Amino acid sequence: MRNAFADEITSMALEDERIHLLSGDIGNRLFNNFQDKCPGRFFNCGVAEANMISVGAGMCLSGLRAVAYTITTFITSRCFEQIKLDVCYNGAPLIIVGVGAGLSYASLGPTHHSFEDVAILRSLPGMTVLAPCDAFELRAALRAAVALNKPVYIRIGKKGEPKIHSAIPELTIGKAMKMREGGDACLISSGPILFEALKAAEILAQAGINVEVINMPTIKPLDTSALEEVVSRHKLVMTIEESSVIGGFGSAVADWAAESGAFARTRLMRAGIPDHFIHEAGEQEFARELCGLTGKQIAQRIQQAL
Amino acid sequence: MNLDLKSLKEMASQIRGDVIEMSHRAETPHLGSCLSVIDILVGAFFGGSIRISPSNPQDPDRDRIILSKGHAATVLYAILARCGYFPLDRLNDYAREGSSLQEHPGPSSVPGVEVATGSLGHGLGVGLGMALAARSQRKQFRVVAVLSDGECNEGSVWEAALFGAAQKLSNVTVFVDYNKWQATGRSNEVLALAPLREKWAAFGWDAHEIDGHSMEAILEALKMSPDPAGRPRAFICNTIKGKGCSFMEDDNNWHYRIPKADEVQAAFKELGLA
Repeated sequence: MRNAFADEITSMALEDERIHLLSGDIGNRLFNNFQDKCPGRFFNCGVAEANMISVGAGMCLSGLRAVAYTITTFITSRCFEQIKLDVCYNGAPLIIVGVGAGLSYASLGPTHHSFEDVAILRSLPGMTVLAPCDAFELRAALRAAVALNKPVYIRIGKKGEPKIHSAIPELTIGKAMKMREGGDACLISSGPILFEALKAAEILAQAGINVEVINMPTIKPLDTSALEEVVSRHKLVMTIEESSVIGGFGSAVADWAAESGAFARTRLMRAGIPDHFIHEAGEQEFARELCGLTGKQIAQRIQQAL
Repeated sequence: MNLDLKSLKEMASQIRGDVIEMSHRAETPHLGSCLSVIDILVGAFFGGSIRISPSNPQDPDRDRIILSKGHAATVLYAILARCGYFPLDRLNDYAREGSSLQEHPGPSSVPGVEVATGSLGHGLGVGLGMALAARSQRKQFRVVAVLSDGECNEGSVWEAALFGAAQKLSNVTVFVDYNKWQATGRSNEVLALAPLREKWAAFGWDAHEIDGHSMEAILEALKMSPDPAGRPRAFICNTIKGKGCSFMEDDNNWHYRIPKADEVQAAFKELGLA
């Protein structure tokens, strides 16, 4: 996804000279093309993420469109107050892109895992939170974010995420996308973990269980009309995310469900990163398995619940 | 604004009176921190070197003055009012329930506030972003950021200092209100702040030490042409917390104390406002 980001932001910067790119000392050579094509508009802000966010906010307050990019946990948790005040309170339309969200950097350990970002960023007034599922959707999300002209946080994977869309999809911020029909249960997924949700749907289909799959690239604002519609047709709904079940996407759905009463006759289950650090070494797939986030595990939970 | 020296000094006394009265009326703290920074801000807003635009606060070519030590909000409000950004009587709304003039300046408090401050260590980084925007848009505006010495406890100040030097942002000027106190102790004792000028110099800034109550020195500092080597510039301003009221000067109780009516009267007398 990071290559798609570098490519798309370069095209966008060629169309709009207000676009400037800030990076926190990562992406060695990733942004060479951007720098060649848009000289003077790329800034390596060093390993100083808090300052990068402040600088980006200042640029936006003086008429530029800045996009800040680095590893998810360092561009969210580490500089949360800069995002809260310099970006959101001032209404600076900074685009914050976190690369390697969730368990993308599983092998690097919990210092590089990002599970809390969704919970904290969506708590900020004026912030939009996006989690595109693949490289195509990321391109659409990035364009929608710049067009929105408000603070936006986009959490993305790293590289090599499987393609889910076959081309750049139509993406409207705040709108869900139906990926698969089915009447027995509904899986609502946000981010690249959609791949596992679709895999779960395949496994369940082989067992004669047909599940609907909804893709929600926008975590905030939540598409509550899509949720209402889904809940009215299903007795079982499961949210799937590669972030903490505490305060994450599933939590956002549960917040809404509790108040709206829409779930009175529908069971809501959540799959996400549980409330503990991952101490075991291993790649993303292994870490997902530890969290119960593989397609097979999701399918098993659905089967048991039905 | 371009007041002569005598008028600048009178204006500084007037602003001192304004903030003492606001603190008394609204029962809000930070008066000592306000009184130490007034001469710097009066020099910046009224001294003629900084191009402000009270009739068009969003003028894209204006210079940006950022009060990073947002707890001196009353100074900013009083100065903006006296510059003509908004009617003077709005100062009566300061900290009044429901009014937009909160105890720290926000994005919609009053016209003329460049950026919300109050949590320390934010203003300089945002100012650097504005300075980069000026360069990128080939605009001539400059950025002045006013920090407190206690604020230099914040790591983000030093992240910003490193970045400003790396980007050679010579269109940025920092004034540090070095009143030698922070909320609960001497700023050279709470953390090892001294030698402060040398620290800024070591971070790549053209760093100078001046008397932060000498209007002549402040004007001269503001008039200096950009460093030919491209370094951003910092003025470490030796100041006195509570400056202008003998019974408040260098007494850190006035970080939080609220002046009583008779103290307001005594202060006004000393300031020649009574």
